[in-house]
Amino acid sequence: MLKRYNINNQILLLTGILIIIPFFFQNDFYYEIAILSILNALIVIGLNLLMGYAGQVSLGHGAFAGLGAYISVVLTSNYGLNPLLSIFISVVIMGLLAFIISKPILKLKGHYLAMATLGIGIIINIILEVEEEFTGGVDGMSVDSFVVFGYELSDSIDWYILCAVLLVFAIWAFENLIKSPFGRLLRSIHDSEKAADSVGIDVSYYKSIVFVISVVIATIAGSLYAFFSGFISPQEASFTHSIELVVMVVLGGLGRVYGALFGAVILTVLPQLLTSFEDYETMVFGMIIIAVMIFMPKGIVSLFDKVVKKKEQSNASS
Amino acid sequence: MIELFGYLLSGVTVGFIYTLVGLGFTVIYNSSGIINFSQGEFVMAGGMSTVFLIYAGLPLGVAFVLAILITSMIGIVLYKLISFSRDSSQISLIILTLGFAIFLRGLAQIIFDKQLHTMPSFVGEGAFEIFETTLSYQALLIMVVASAIVISLYLFFQKTKTGQAMVAASNNVDAAKLMGINIKKILILNFAISAVIASIGGILLTPITSTSYEVGIMLGLKGFCAAIIGGLGTPFGAVAGGLLLGILESLVAGYISSEYKDAVAFVVLLAILFFMPGGIFGNLKSQRV
Repeated sequence: MLKRYNINNQILLLTGILIIIPFFFQNDFYYEIAILSILNALIVIGLNLLMGYAGQVSLGHGAFAGLGAYISVVLTSNYGLNPLLSIFISVVIMGLLAFIISKPILKLKGHYLAMATLGIGIIINIILEVEEEFTGGVDGMSVDSFVVFGYELSDSIDWYILCAVLLVFAIWAFENLIKSPFGRLLRSIHDSEKAADSVGIDVSYYKSIVFVISVVIATIAGSLYAFFSGFISPQEASFTHSIELVVMVVLGGLGRVYGALFGAVILTVLPQLLTSFEDYETMVFGMIIIAVMIFMPKGIVSLFDKVVKKKEQSNASS
Repeated sequence: MIELFGYLLSGVTVGFIYTLVGLGFTVIYNSSGIINFSQGEFVMAGGMSTVFLIYAGLPLGVAFVLAILITSMIGIVLYKLISFSRDSSQISLIILTLGFAIFLRGLAQIIFDKQLHTMPSFVGEGAFEIFETTLSYQALLIMVVASAIVISLYLFFQKTKTGQAMVAASNNVDAAKLMGINIKKILILNFAISAVIASIGGILLTPITSTSYEVGIMLGLKGFCAAIIGGLGTPFGAVAGGLLLGILESLVAGYISSEYKDAVAFVVLLAILFFMPGGIFGNLKSQRV
């Protein structure tokens, strides 16, 4: 019972923080960063499910998010469909696509899996750059405004509320999912595929499902970001973006729900702070990744574990 | 027919460069089981340092040697970073090398610049005429030097004591340790050799395609494709994979679409991974899990 309350407390705390921080926002730029952080966090939560629980690395999630976003945007801007309907269609298409490619891909392991997702990601990126008549090519394209039920989402605060609600929902859903029989099943696959297989679990089926879930979340978040920023370019689907997402997962902590959130926020805000370094930005970014991997490979959330442990120890001794 | 011959020649030239990058991957992977995502940046470092050393007024030969030394130092630095890491899980190490690649790219932006650079061919700008197509001296040089590297690498691993120790270490670390082989030294040597091979590739390529701080991303990835296509961990696989990739790319650019040229490597990669995951020359034994 206690554990259950604890989860609720964390979600309440998150909700509280999400409600309070806008009061500290001085201008639209703050909202922009907050919204981008949240949307990245959503993708990373899905990717974390895949990497941290199903144990599968994907170096192509930026491309999946980008392709999903492009499908939504093209349906709305070029074919005049309602944005919500476009996103829905995009989710169905990307979900199917993910399911189809998951079969051969998830049979691969380790480096081979990473390489296959990387290959698919780069092919997607090249297609988006070359097919100019649909995508606007390397220069990208502008995106129609996001109109839902006759209401146009244009204010930053509207977008912030939408994204914050989605985030709380995603984290709540994630925590319930990993506590459910389905989550235990995933962990058993992560710990030992062979053992899971031998007790009759259809390993490849469940891995496919997780892959599809993570791609669908990436599609939704990517699409929302395109509608929010009013612009999309193949840069969204680049190899660099895919890597950023994986680094967010590992930086926060593999298999940790709130790790995904920390990783996404830090790596979204950090480049903004680093822009004052101008030319040094890329180098400093690389150094930070190296330092994190050397000194806290278990992610930032693991630091909190130590604090909690110490507290427990001191409680026990007193 | 003449067209086809021309495409084949240019494909083989680029293929030899992919081979060198792929060999670099193979050397590190074989000794440590690590996929080094900064291999492409080693190529960039080799090319860019040479260009700027020449700008600084150094004679060609000195610039080459210095550039190769600099790059091998970078390789050793990467090894040191990896050995500092507290966690040796595959994901962490992949990300560590990715971070190192980003760091090197950022460093190159600062030390050098963001422009495209080239240098004059070091064997003159002339060309041979073969069957009404031309083969530049530089292209021929690439083929000769790359072949020489492949052969000398083979001889090094088979015939010299150090080379045999390195093979032993990659086959069974514990047994090698018991035989008194210094694993640390072996690994450092592997990283340095890998960087040297990559930097030579970068130097050879610069007069033909020019170089810049971000040239390493695609080169590295394609070299990796070459290594996997041939069979990860088999040196001759990297040669076959590299040449095959270069030729296919050149044919696609010539006959189908030059815009989709860059996608060829990854389409072939996926086909190989799905249908013969051990690569053309590899066997599944080399799949370390």
